[in-house]
Amino acid sequence: MDISGQAKRIMVQALSKMYSSRTQRGGLRLHRSLLLTLVMKSARDIYHSARLVSEKEEQCARLVSTTKDLTQKEESIDTTSTEVSGIPVALCALATRSSEGVQRSKNESDPTVQNARETRVDKENCSPPRPDRHSRKRRGKTATEPDFLPCKKAKMDSGEVRRILHDATLRSNSGNCGREMDTLSTTHMLRTVVTC
Amino acid sequence: MDEELDSRKVNNSFLRDHNYATEADIISTVEFNSTGELLATGDKGGRVVVFQREQESKNQPHRRGEYNVYSTFQSHEPEFDYLKSLEIEEKINKIRWLPQQNAAYFLLSTNDKTVKLWKISERDKRPEGYNLKDEDGRVRDPSTITALRVPVLRPMDLMVEATPRRVFSNAHTYHINSISVNSDYETYMSTDDLRINLWNLEITNRSFNIVDIKPANMEELTEVITAAEFHPNHCNTFVYSSSKGSLRLCDMRAAALCDNHSKFFEEPEDPNNRSFFSEIISSISDVKFSHSGRYLMTRDYLTVKVWDLNMESKPLETYQVHDYLRSKMCSLYENDCIFDKFECVWNGTDSVLMTGSYNNFFRMFDRNTKRDVTLEASRENSKPRAILKPRKVCMGGKRRKDEISVDSLDFSKKILHTAWHPSENIIAVAATNNLYIFQDKVN
Repeated sequence: MDISGQAKRIMVQALSKMYSSRTQRGGLRLHRSLLLTLVMKSARDIYHSARLVSEKEEQCARLVSTTKDLTQKEESIDTTSTEVSGIPVALCALATRSSEGVQRSKNESDPTVQNARETRVDKENCSPPRPDRHSRKRRGKTATEPDFLPCKKAKMDSGEVRRILHDATLRSNSGNCGREMDTLSTTHMLRTVVTC
Repeated sequence: MDEELDSRKVNNSFLRDHNYATEADIISTVEFNSTGELLATGDKGGRVVVFQREQESKNQPHRRGEYNVYSTFQSHEPEFDYLKSLEIEEKINKIRWLPQQNAAYFLLSTNDKTVKLWKISERDKRPEGYNLKDEDGRVRDPSTITALRVPVLRPMDLMVEATPRRVFSNAHTYHINSISVNSDYETYMSTDDLRINLWNLEITNRSFNIVDIKPANMEELTEVITAAEFHPNHCNTFVYSSSKGSLRLCDMRAAALCDNHSKFFEEPEDPNNRSFFSEIISSISDVKFSHSGRYLMTRDYLTVKVWDLNMESKPLETYQVHDYLRSKMCSLYENDCIFDKFECVWNGTDSVLMTGSYNNFFRMFDRNTKRDVTLEASRENSKPRAILKPRKVCMGGKRRKDEISVDSLDFSKKILHTAWHPSENIIAVAATNNLYIFQDKVN
């Protein structure tokens, strides 16, 4: 199973485990909830970094097709020399950082030094990295619910969402102004409340 | 190590087949007392069963000190927290014995919220000859009494009674995971996910908070306390483990609130082993001081580690309990097994470590010879007085005879709780609702 698919599955299971633990006898178990939250965060980070890798791959592929001669040589050099700042290293680097840090590290990484084998473009599940970064809601134990999960709220149409998020970006204090605005999707915030 | 099997089925449920055991009978804690004469078990139904070792007799030398049921009592009942609309489980999380100071035995037992001190005492005499009551207990009409007599004590059948002497409640917001009696025999501590409280055994309406790791904003929570224990000899020192895989040694003389540790033990994570589940499997599920007080042992999901109190940077020894599970993490996460909390124990001389695994396997590691063995606690494979046969799990490829493949392990049969006699080679192993007691082979 590819990494992003696995991450997706883990996130889904973490959410269902959290839901079922609410009805458990003896009340919510703090330790278990914490571990599930950590798993979900790291799976989410990996999922989004895998998304980014695949997007970069796409860009790289487009670049190759437009400037064939010169870039063909570069590409072959790059892929053979790759020490793979691939998924395992990404796991270390990204899983321990906050979402803002994730965005910064993605921008810094060299897009051409990627393992071409590892990811394939998964157009069906294309979603931008962390749209809730621009939300002013508190994070921590909350989880961003990717669009493939069933949601209770009615989905807004994408034009409406685009407008709302664009406004939020302008007001945003996250300091990440360099984000691309053309890859939005209708994701919804899921608040996981741990009441103790 | 050759072992004899002496199995005791602790199952009061109507259905005898252990596959259909009622959940209330699942053993949740096992503990020998300080002499090894008594063995206590707690179960999910809130009951405590205490076993006592038979005196060795010359007539039956092969029945070398077997354990028989001594006392059974209901320690905790299910409760309801009306303020939070939460049910409080009666499951006994831990039992700790107090050292014996008179003819009676004392133990502490705890569920998620309340610790209780129980006194277990024997009664083998009964007073007879009361003036105001007749032999049936009915009150006599005072006008019919013409003479006075002094009641005398007459022998009766031995009766073992358990009475709750202290109830320590309302001190924990979160779920209690450990209790530990101090070597001063006056105090003990109770630990929940975020706080550790110090109690005096005589005083139930007051406790002192000695560790508090609750963040001001709960959304910033990153770790919880998973276990804590007092040093066996130094009454000012205790250790607590965290869900991040670290240990903190604290000295109560330094400050009233021991949030600042004296020593911090943590092994840097191996980046090659990083996976989705690294945080879960590095969480420490149990910590135990060695009897000498020189070493600490910790159990996380896949390993047992021995730490030297004088070396904080890395463990002294690491033992793989069931490394073959590393490739099965996804399915263990799916079936929730990855959250199982295994305990670990030292033998009396601190030379052997023991911990449980799946498929009713348990593992022993000899620190001196570096040999390890896997044994199984099950009735199908063992008969009384039989020698336990070492088991082996094969990873893949060709499976040899008598080996079990990883895929055929039964993950519902897990051994989470074990205990080792303080001085002899007698072990107690809890396999779901069954208790197995193994002794060294009699020559």
